[in-house]
Amino acid sequence: MSTVKRKLTIAKAISESISLEMEADENVFVMGEDIAKLGGVFGTTTGLLDKFGPERVRDTPISETAFIGAAVGAAAVGMRPIVELMFVDFFGVCMDAIYNLAAKNCYFSGGNQPIPMVLMTSVGGGYGDAGQHSQCLYGTFAHLPGMKVVIPSNAYDAKGLMHTAVVDNNPVIFMLHKNLQGMGWLGTEKKSIVDVPKEIYGVPFGKAAIVRKGKDITLVGLGVTVHMALDAANKLEKEGVDAEVIDLRSLVPLDRETIFNSVSKTGRLLVIDDDYISYGVTGEIISSVAEQDSSVFKTSPQRIAYPDIPIPFTRPMEQFALPNKDKIFNTAKEMMEGK
Amino acid sequence: MLSDVNTLQWLYGSMFKSRYYEECMEKAYLEGKQPVFNMANGPVPGEMHLSNGQEPCAVGVCAHLNADDAVFATHRPHHIAIAKGVNLKAMTAEIFGKKSGLSGGRGGHMHLFDPTVNFACSGIIAEGMGPAAGVALARKLRNEPGIAVAFIGEGAANQGAFHETMNLAAVWKLPFVCIIEDNAWGISVSKTDATSVPRNDVRAASYGIPGEYIEGNDPLAIYDAAERAIKRARSGQGPSLIEIETYRLAGHFMGDTEAYRPEGEKDELFSKDPIPKFRKHLLESGTLDETGLKKIEEAMYKEVDDAFEFARSAAEPEPIEALEKVFA
Repeated sequence: MSTVKRKLTIAKAISESISLEMEADENVFVMGEDIAKLGGVFGTTTGLLDKFGPERVRDTPISETAFIGAAVGAAAVGMRPIVELMFVDFFGVCMDAIYNLAAKNCYFSGGNQPIPMVLMTSVGGGYGDAGQHSQCLYGTFAHLPGMKVVIPSNAYDAKGLMHTAVVDNNPVIFMLHKNLQGMGWLGTEKKSIVDVPKEIYGVPFGKAAIVRKGKDITLVGLGVTVHMALDAANKLEKEGVDAEVIDLRSLVPLDRETIFNSVSKTGRLLVIDDDYISYGVTGEIISSVAEQDSSVFKTSPQRIAYPDIPIPFTRPMEQFALPNKDKIFNTAKEMMEGK
Repeated sequence: MLSDVNTLQWLYGSMFKSRYYEECMEKAYLEGKQPVFNMANGPVPGEMHLSNGQEPCAVGVCAHLNADDAVFATHRPHHIAIAKGVNLKAMTAEIFGKKSGLSGGRGGHMHLFDPTVNFACSGIIAEGMGPAAGVALARKLRNEPGIAVAFIGEGAANQGAFHETMNLAAVWKLPFVCIIEDNAWGISVSKTDATSVPRNDVRAASYGIPGEYIEGNDPLAIYDAAERAIKRARSGQGPSLIEIETYRLAGHFMGDTEAYRPEGEKDELFSKDPIPKFRKHLLESGTLDETGLKKIEEAMYKEVDDAFEFARSAAEPEPIEALEKVFA
């Protein structure tokens, strides 16, 4: 790999990754709403139309059931479609094509008809777009069997995970957080903009990253909550608390081992998620440690996640409900103090 | 009008095979479910949607298809699978839940996949439409021969997936044909109570594509209409829509009392059973004599009997195999 590096946003890293995958394999093509001429509402397909033309970079009608269903059919006969559906909140209109077809056809064909497709979408709120454009739904897709679920927190991982997603022979739900992507119309978490090699490389699924080493408490996050955890860890350090921060990177497969090993060392587990709290990611992480060996806990594991409410519009209500570094800091301190 | 003897023989043989298959399936299905019907019991548990009466739709269309052409069928898939050339032994073993079934017993009767002949079906109404369009798109993108056909029921023409996919296939000029099997009933709700137009072929106009309605459940008329649509698809002119009047001679599923049918409707349908009717046509037109027909029928009995024998004697999968094949 060359040493040429540039700092890229996640959106730029994704469009570069897709471009390289399309060059490498003519079976890769892209379709979705506003992905061609506009380059994607979130900029994740910018430049692809000019480079590859309208056959392989296809604007679709607003017909999610049809074009996601079509991706399943194309994948079944050897294509590798990358499909974008702008907001994860929109998946309700086409859920059948996702959880009954894409996710089940491999199983129902006894493995004879794999569905190698990537379904790319944007998640997350915090910018006043209310409850039909701000959800994460990580847990929903991770709960339903047959799909891999990937959530990058930075541009390096985004590019490498996209390579792994495109060459994977299974449906991959690729979830990009709006606060990280780097759009012109929304602020971006600076820590997500990192050095990205120009070449193709892979970041494996199912390998969490320890993004900050520490010995006192394990903070587990994904997507934007990784950055909140890092910010909280810096604040905790000033209080003499050495936090370890884990970026899950993928929920399916889930790297339970890295989480368990970390908690075995620190004895304290705080999981942070901006998806709904009940029946979700935070409960899964905590129980996966507890069922392996609950004696590792020096104090009860805790979680910070979105309350079980539709996402409100108005700023005071929305900010109240979201996780943030102060909530993480306060909960972590209480855990350290044995409260 | 079709005069090729081989094709006529194939049409009859495939319909006859399909009907006999369903008769054998009905017997097998009812084993262990008497005197008190319980769907969970017997060698073939679960729902069972038999295709008796709808055979002309399958053969009239599939007669024009090769293995490269993809077919997506419905929750009532057996006649279409048989006409498409799905491996009959593996299909039957699948329906019996055996290890040597198409998917090792994971799918069953509503989820049959045979990629070697590009056949698939789904238990969700109209949801074969999108994937069929996707195969058509793949063929077009790769400049490969092969088209895609989605079979749906008349009730499915009120689904979003139908309208979305017809528009998509039309706007992208895909090599795609939608076949609507109009058996007049969506379980217990009649077409007249559910659909705003008497015939769905008129809906083709809203996608700017040709539509045809075929009356009489007649395999030869279906054959001709399918030929027009499939030629159009193969020559890059885009999709077509065909609705076929057909008859559901069985219930929606096994165990359906069909109390919703008007009195006498079933008797009238049985009097129009397409298989004896087509047999008579072949005899009267001098295409085949009694000996020729018997020979075809004997061959079909044997093929189906062999498939059921294979399925019955096949090994069960190990329960733990349930955990395999979620991912490729």
